[in-house]
Amino acid sequence: MRIDCPYCGGRDVSEFVYGGDATKVRPETGELEGGDVREVSDGLRKLFYEYVYVRDNPRGDHEEHWYHAGGCRSWLRVCRNTATHEVKWVKSEAGD
Amino acid sequence: MRYSAFSLFKNALLGHKHWGRAWGGVDLKDRYDVVIVGGGGHGLACAYYLSKHHNVGKIAVLEKGWIGSGNVGRNTTIIRSNYMLEGNIPFYELSMKLWEGLESDINFNAMVSQRGVLNLCHSDAQYDAFCRRGNAMRVHGVDSEILDVDGVLKLVPELEVENARFCVKGGLFQPRGGTVRHDAVAWGYARAASRRGVDIIENCEVLGFLRDSAGCVEGVETSLGLVKTGKVGLCVAGNSSRLADMVDVKLPLESHVLQAFVTESVKPLLDTVLTFGAGHLYISQSDKGSLVFGGDLDGYNSYAQRGSLPLVEHIAEDAMAILPMLGRLRILRSWGGIMDMSMDGSPVMDRMPVEGIYINTGWCYGGFKAVPAAGWCFAHLLAKGESHDASKAYRWDRFERGFMIDEKGVGARPASH
Ligand SMILES: Cc1cc2nc3c(=O)[nH]c(=O)nc-3n(C[C@H](O)[C@H](O)[C@H](O)COP(=O)(O)OP(=O)(O)OC[C@H]3O[C@@H](n4cnc5c(N)ncnc54)[C@H](O)[C@@H]3O)c2cc1C
Ligand SMILES: [Zn+2]
Repeated sequence: MRIDCPYCGGRDVSEFVYGGDATKVRPETGELEGGDVREVSDGLRKLFYEYVYVRDNPRGDHEEHWYHAGGCRSWLRVCRNTATHEVKWVKSEAGD
Repeated sequence: MRYSAFSLFKNALLGHKHWGRAWGGVDLKDRYDVVIVGGGGHGLACAYYLSKHHNVGKIAVLEKGWIGSGNVGRNTTIIRSNYMLEGNIPFYELSMKLWEGLESDINFNAMVSQRGVLNLCHSDAQYDAFCRRGNAMRVHGVDSEILDVDGVLKLVPELEVENARFCVKGGLFQPRGGTVRHDAVAWGYARAASRRGVDIIENCEVLGFLRDSAGCVEGVETSLGLVKTGKVGLCVAGNSSRLADMVDVKLPLESHVLQAFVTESVKPLLDTVLTFGAGHLYISQSDKGSLVFGGDLDGYNSYAQRGSLPLVEHIAEDAMAILPMLGRLRILRSWGGIMDMSMDGSPVMDRMPVEGIYINTGWCYGGFKAVPAAGWCFAHLLAKGESHDASKAYRWDRFERGFMIDEKGVGARPASH
């Protein structure tokens, strides 16, 4: 497998470190600011449970994080097919 | 057909042309009392124990490929019960006890070989951690021994113990651990279940679920047609998320590929199972003489039953680090299997949020040793609707409640378990 780093070009997968499912977004914790963590609402608890543990785990296209450890050290967002390992697209996490 | 010395003798004289079929050969029926999806070790063992110990009516095992095509025929065949945590020890010890009686129970030679499992440690801290694990095992009545370097060398004289970087400090040995011929486990359970009237249907993929107006399961849609049933047990290993997706349930799981390797055959060299504690490598020698070994996962989500080349190199390096003479051997074959990696490295055996569907998953790469106990406990769950004592820790809600069973303590990173 090769990943096309937007900065370094096509590189072997062994230069990269996997960062997992990129569709997971950390829930807003506004309600916790300055408060007591023991009083987290059930709603927020549920959101964190889903964020930390639950995965779509699709057979097919999967958006995921990869870190170019052996190159430019950027975090990348990659769309890869988990059944064929074909890389569909690669973007910089920095968004430029 | 029952196997005996007489049947072996008779069939040898007849040129082995008249052995009856060991399982299957039946057509899919319209209705079953229980349908088990997945004809791997877990599904077949479950069907066998259900038919033997519980009165549940007509049972079918639906397998999308052939029996033994999944992980049950791809693993490195190691069995052990050297766990440390509360929820795990009694379960894996139950499995070990069932292995010990398996062959006479199913009248099939599964080549259960209790040659011992030796985990090497390479630092004082790791030695202490092994003592702690060994003691936890003993407290639960499981055999374990702590070995010093001489003790380790007595078991494996070829070992490189003075390797400058990963010198060996000792080991944790479980004498009752060992290996079992994995295909024979699948075949043996398939045959035993078949003899008790279980329909084993190969080349039958489950494509969806039928549900009534209240949402309860009514049947399954398969590549061979519709099947009515009120009870479904999922034992589909790396495909668990896909099956759960058919009823819109998301699981705390990722599917990852794990590779295994086998070398050309050589004379007896290693008569125990050896694991390298500084890298991740487990190796044993098959009865044919090949060295069978495996290491880490490839490390990214995958449904492809084949691995990547950088890992081949990495695992070969790990093998050479402890047994340098392996460098002269040729690797004959390598392959991959799709693991149901859970978020804490421990399994799940529970009801699904859909009435009538039960799931057995999250076995990571330790599910082969679990085959007998998982079949035993999942059969109990399916028949009685409640967890068996030995598997009661394996509920879904532990993730939400914060009661992870994380032997390695690495957190919610499936690829690291
Ligand atoms: C390389 C490797 C090494 C391993 N080494 C060890 C080891 O040394 N010790 C150990 O304890 N464990 C080991 N494991 C783990 C162990 O093999 C698995 O955890 C265990 O086999 C999984 O349970 P199973 O046998 O039921 O799975 P499988 O044999 O994979 O059974 C699942 C079955 O479900 C079928 N299926 C999937 N979807 C459908 C569908 N829609 N309809 C119908 N059928 C379907 C599949 O075809 C498959 O046959 C290893 C695994 C691998 C890949
Ligand atoms: Zn780069």
